[in-house]
Amino acid sequence: MNARNLLAKLGPFIGLLLVIALFSVPTEVRGYFLTYANFKIILTQTVIVAIGALGMTLIIVSGGIDLSVGSTIAFSGVVGALLIQRGWPTAAVVGVVIVSGAGIGLLNGVAIAGLRMMPFIITLGTLSIVRGAAQLLANNETVNYDSSPINEWMTTPDQAGWSLPAGAWILLGLAVATALFLRQTVLGRHVFAIGSNEATARLCGVRTVRTKIMIYTAAGALFGLAGLMQLSRLRVGDPTVAVGLELDIIAAVIIGGASLGGGVGTVLGSMIGAFIMAVLRNGSGQMGWPTSVQQIIIGVVIIAAVFLDRLRQAK
Amino acid sequence: MTNARLRLSEIHKAFGATLALRGVSLEVSAGEVHAVVGENGAGKSTLMNILSGALAPDRGTLELDGRPFAPADTLEARRHGVVMIHQELSLAPHLSVWENIMLGAEPHTAGWLHRREAKARARAALAQLGHGHLDLDAPAGSFSIATRQVIEIARALRAEPRVLIMDEPTSSLTQADAEKLFGVIRQLRDRGVGIIYISHFLEEVKRVADRFTVIKDGQSVGTGAIAEVTQANLVRLMVGREVTDLYPRSGATRGKVVLEVKNLHAGQRLSQASLTVAEGQIIGIAGLIGAGRTELVRALFGLDRCEGGVVTLESRTLTNPNPRVAWASGLGFLSENRKEEGLMLPLSIAENAILPKLGKFSRWGWIDRGKARDATRDWIAHLGIKAREPGQRVGELSGGNQQKVALARLLAYPARIFLLDEPTRGIDVGSKAQIYGLIAGLAREGRSVVLVSSYLPELFGMCDRIAVMRRGELVESRDTAAWTEASLMSAAIGTAA
Repeated sequence: MNARNLLAKLGPFIGLLLVIALFSVPTEVRGYFLTYANFKIILTQTVIVAIGALGMTLIIVSGGIDLSVGSTIAFSGVVGALLIQRGWPTAAVVGVVIVSGAGIGLLNGVAIAGLRMMPFIITLGTLSIVRGAAQLLANNETVNYDSSPINEWMTTPDQAGWSLPAGAWILLGLAVATALFLRQTVLGRHVFAIGSNEATARLCGVRTVRTKIMIYTAAGALFGLAGLMQLSRLRVGDPTVAVGLELDIIAAVIIGGASLGGGVGTVLGSMIGAFIMAVLRNGSGQMGWPTSVQQIIIGVVIIAAVFLDRLRQAK
Repeated sequence: MTNARLRLSEIHKAFGATLALRGVSLEVSAGEVHAVVGENGAGKSTLMNILSGALAPDRGTLELDGRPFAPADTLEARRHGVVMIHQELSLAPHLSVWENIMLGAEPHTAGWLHRREAKARARAALAQLGHGHLDLDAPAGSFSIATRQVIEIARALRAEPRVLIMDEPTSSLTQADAEKLFGVIRQLRDRGVGIIYISHFLEEVKRVADRFTVIKDGQSVGTGAIAEVTQANLVRLMVGREVTDLYPRSGATRGKVVLEVKNLHAGQRLSQASLTVAEGQIIGIAGLIGAGRTELVRALFGLDRCEGGVVTLESRTLTNPNPRVAWASGLGFLSENRKEEGLMLPLSIAENAILPKLGKFSRWGWIDRGKARDATRDWIAHLGIKAREPGQRVGELSGGNQQKVALARLLAYPARIFLLDEPTRGIDVGSKAQIYGLIAGLAREGRSVVLVSSYLPELFGMCDRIAVMRRGELVESRDTAAWTEASLMSAAIGTAA
């Protein structure tokens, strides 16, 4: 049993090593693929999906789902760009964008927990509503601005140096905080309890409605922050960005060992899941494989991860 | 009568036009085990939901230790020390043992969990039940039903209950585990907890309870000391009629052998079983939970993969049976897990009853709904299912009536050999008697029944022959007359009789 536990914990890690090993073999990319500079690029490419995956981990562990992430990221980016355009100070921009993301999460949470509607359907609705709102807000065009300190979050002054971009540090800090929250706080354990057996949680006096609203709101705040990262990368507010990104984010969480049924999942797993996908994208790019092939590979990896998980659980 | 711990007076509750409770009074003292008995549908569940704070009464009063008690929800009831242990186990399977026990009452500082203290308190609660050795970090879902129940009781104990409500606590326990539970109940009683004990097992009620209240059609119709009442009187109060013979003997003459099982082997839980079943025979399968009884019937029906052995059905050898082949060969299987496997609760009675033979009710793939409804209506009448119409959702029926729908499926097919896994678990006395009558009737018609049961009186009352399983092996099979309860239990546990 302990051996299996260990395997379950190491599963995503082994997956990551396999993927890295895969791209370390072909001589045409080996030289560059394993460099620190490339690692930095992969890490930066992961930041948006990984921050989204933090929020999604909370939601999936609680037995829910959120399909509106991509739209929320676009919406937050547009809001951020508009505020920068109007000359707001950076701290205020960051605050308002995160709050607007949290607001969308709050709406999702209230509809799901308060009105007892299916998360899949509610967030399918908000996926469309929020995307429309982003386009409305941006007047159907990209929102340009001169410059902002936010633009520097995803790069380092010295491209080849050792220093990591601010976005990576923010991700690291949030990942540690989320992991501690899930593991060490009463509220965090209640997230697991709700995902494992909501009726029991309610019976034992867990405030399930309040906790679920909190989960979606906190996740929304994280999605808002991911929107800022997106803005930092594009340097324009684009209302059409991140279409379908929710699927990448959900895939990262699932590859990381979470169960869509709820009650199972770890921050570390989700982070590795996000990293596996970024490595695949980066490696495939260097191999010169077209995006169509990358899509197929990522699809296969998702199914393989779930299949391996099923094998682990079976006796 | 001023020292009642919990007193209910004239409780009324209606759901729409249905009067679920129309005048229930009940008094439980500290240090008393008070049995609440009644048929399913009598209003016990509603009453318990009111007690545990899940429902508010329309009329009537509740008093706890002399003070008015009107909990707004289960949480508040728990805070006042009124704790319910549900019939359906309610654990979070992915969480660890200690997390389940401490759920909702985790010790913390500003939300930061005190893991060590939480574990110590969970350990203490388990130790009170004699299970201090359990692995606190293992997920609750990895334990047997009996152990999960212990975890759930530990959770109730952790709250220092003043009133503990137990709903059918032994329905999924073996005799040995039930005995342990009785010990725990007596211990709690001696510590001054008022215990409300709901059970369909009257033998048990007689043994464990001090006083009783009978609920019938939403009213309390009798109360008194357990010592002064006979089982027959209790049953009469519950059903309002005399149930003279709960276990009708089939009196069937045994015919030729129809099912022969040799050295069946399927997975870790079933290592070896041999068995013969004749026409008109009712054969019981006894044993502790986890002894491989369910695995035996599941393997016979092709639900689990057989890894070895020979199954001969009416002189045809079945190799690798699957449920489809099993149905076609005349086998019928009733799952012990009515809600999750046996029935599709959101679907109608008709859909549930005719699923295996939908083909007979359809032409070119189109289902003749009228025909299906008519056939289902016949079964509803024949089995005395309390339902409005064939289109009613099975989930709306009481447990006993759900079980009758599950049986109707086997009868409708029609099966010749019935594999019944705990057919009377958690259902009321009236429905039990009907199901027993039905089983006896099957045997008289020359059909065969394999009856898996944890309830010894049922096995002794119904079966012509009883086989005992122990640790995955079918160890001994005798005619019922050659067994005593003691010899059977020793065979199941593995001690010399």
